[in-house]
Amino acid sequence: MPTRILAIETATQACSAALSIDGELLERYALAPRQHATLMLPMIESLLLEAGLSVEQLDAVAFGRGPGSFTGVRIAAGIVQGIAYAAGLAVVPVSTLAALALGGMREANMTQVIAAMDARKSEVYLGSYINAGNNVLVLQGEERVCAPDAAPLPGEGEWLGVGGGWDAYGEAMLQLAGERVIRLIPDLEPRAADIARLGLQAYENGVRVTAAEAIPVYLRNDVAVPKQSLK
Amino acid sequence: MIVLGIESSCDETGVALYAAEGGLLAHALYSQVELHARFGGVVPELASRDHVRKLLPLIDQVIDSSGINKADISGVAYTAGPGLVGALLVGATTGRSLAWTWGVPAVAVHHMEGHLLAPMLEADPPEFPFLALLVSGGHTLLVSVAGVGDYQVLGDSVDDAVGEAFDKTASLLGLSYPGGPALAALAVKGDPARYRFPRPMTDRPGLDFSFSGLKTFALNTWRDSAQTDTERADIARAFEDAVVDTMVIKCRRALQQTGLSTLVIAGGVGANVRLRERLGELMSAQGGRVCYPRPEFCTDNGAMIAYAGYRRLQAGQHEGLSIKAIPRWSLEDLQAV
Repeated sequence: MPTRILAIETATQACSAALSIDGELLERYALAPRQHATLMLPMIESLLLEAGLSVEQLDAVAFGRGPGSFTGVRIAAGIVQGIAYAAGLAVVPVSTLAALALGGMREANMTQVIAAMDARKSEVYLGSYINAGNNVLVLQGEERVCAPDAAPLPGEGEWLGVGGGWDAYGEAMLQLAGERVIRLIPDLEPRAADIARLGLQAYENGVRVTAAEAIPVYLRNDVAVPKQSLK
Repeated sequence: MIVLGIESSCDETGVALYAAEGGLLAHALYSQVELHARFGGVVPELASRDHVRKLLPLIDQVIDSSGINKADISGVAYTAGPGLVGALLVGATTGRSLAWTWGVPAVAVHHMEGHLLAPMLEADPPEFPFLALLVSGGHTLLVSVAGVGDYQVLGDSVDDAVGEAFDKTASLLGLSYPGGPALAALAVKGDPARYRFPRPMTDRPGLDFSFSGLKTFALNTWRDSAQTDTERADIARAFEDAVVDTMVIKCRRALQQTGLSTLVIAGGVGANVRLRERLGELMSAQGGRVCYPRPEFCTDNGAMIAYAGYRRLQAGQHEGLSIKAIPRWSLEDLQAV
């Protein structure tokens, strides 16, 4: 039986859905700020229609679990929770940074990528990955949210920089990276097709959670300050 | 027809199942009040994060306890607004996607319509038309209700919602968040003759409300007092009397203006004992009737959303695949069914 995975990604201004049927990919993609909730179900429906599949015939649903826009990642989580619970499907959470990195690797034909997204508040979401072959991405250190001039960049080798973080804070990060970053694709967006690629691989390695465990990873968790003078 | 209802517009996650035959089958609520207490108010981002963790387990629990199967659900209703957009989106995305996957219709419900119709869940429901007083932490509305979706807003607050005024006044008297119910409990011990607060906007015609001046009046009175427990209770009493009196005056006016003889009280502040007493007296003096939901359905809940959604689905209304979250949404913009 071929593995059939639906994947969605809504953590940035881009909104996309993809269907992986035994490694073959179909995708719908739109650069559409604040339209994700409007566009996603029609995208999914049109993918299934094109493939001639019903949602119950899927094996799993993968989603970009963040980091990214808080509202954006929750849209993906909410939709995936609904679909997976209703159809009794497994969920595969995939890092949005890893998907972004994989997209860059394919576009630039490079194997070492520093993915950086604009986290606002003068910070970036950052993750560095090495492709060990067959889309197996090895995260270097950990994903984090940090100031661009404090970004822990890899120490050696030739790297590709991708994502909006390089667009917003490229100067500070390039100063830090020196000549190790040899190419930049700052306007690259994470896509559902790469969520599907990584999701398929994770699924086949046994990474599965329940619908209720389809929870975003925000990285930034200090979102409110307790009131000091409360009695 | 069995409808799953989902509420996530603010700081309560609510889920319920309502059946055409059998009425309310099951309901559950998760309140985030403790989560927000140390911030002195609802933090929208934290509210959204909690909804996305709690909603699905709550749905599972409600379906489980109802004894029905998922396959028996024939429609999904979710609160689309008004409310906090991030919080609304959690219920909206999950609810709309559940319906799409099950292949059943979905309906986007107006939160305040849910409150308006909540007394319909009780054994002796009101009949249309009626006057509704919707009083909560976010709203103070007087609405003429001709039928489901046929609403005319007669009065609104020009500043703080009444529940907000209760909570803020409680806070400045040193009661912990959310202090509204604590303030009402304290008022029982207060001397009604000690202070007299103004009845805002009652000296002129109209049905609008204003409560922020009353809050300031309470603060000044507290500052000028000896700040003992007795004075705290006396001020709480004067504040509550002024709020309740003002609402009674406006309700009486609205009844006279519309000729309606049934009054529905809904929303969190609708659980206030003094308000219920006084409005009960008003209606019996006028030979009319007062209706309110059970206390747990005065505050936000999934049951009222399931019921409002049921009424709309039954009338053939349903949504397309676009997931709706409408943070600002007037009751008057709704379609009558």
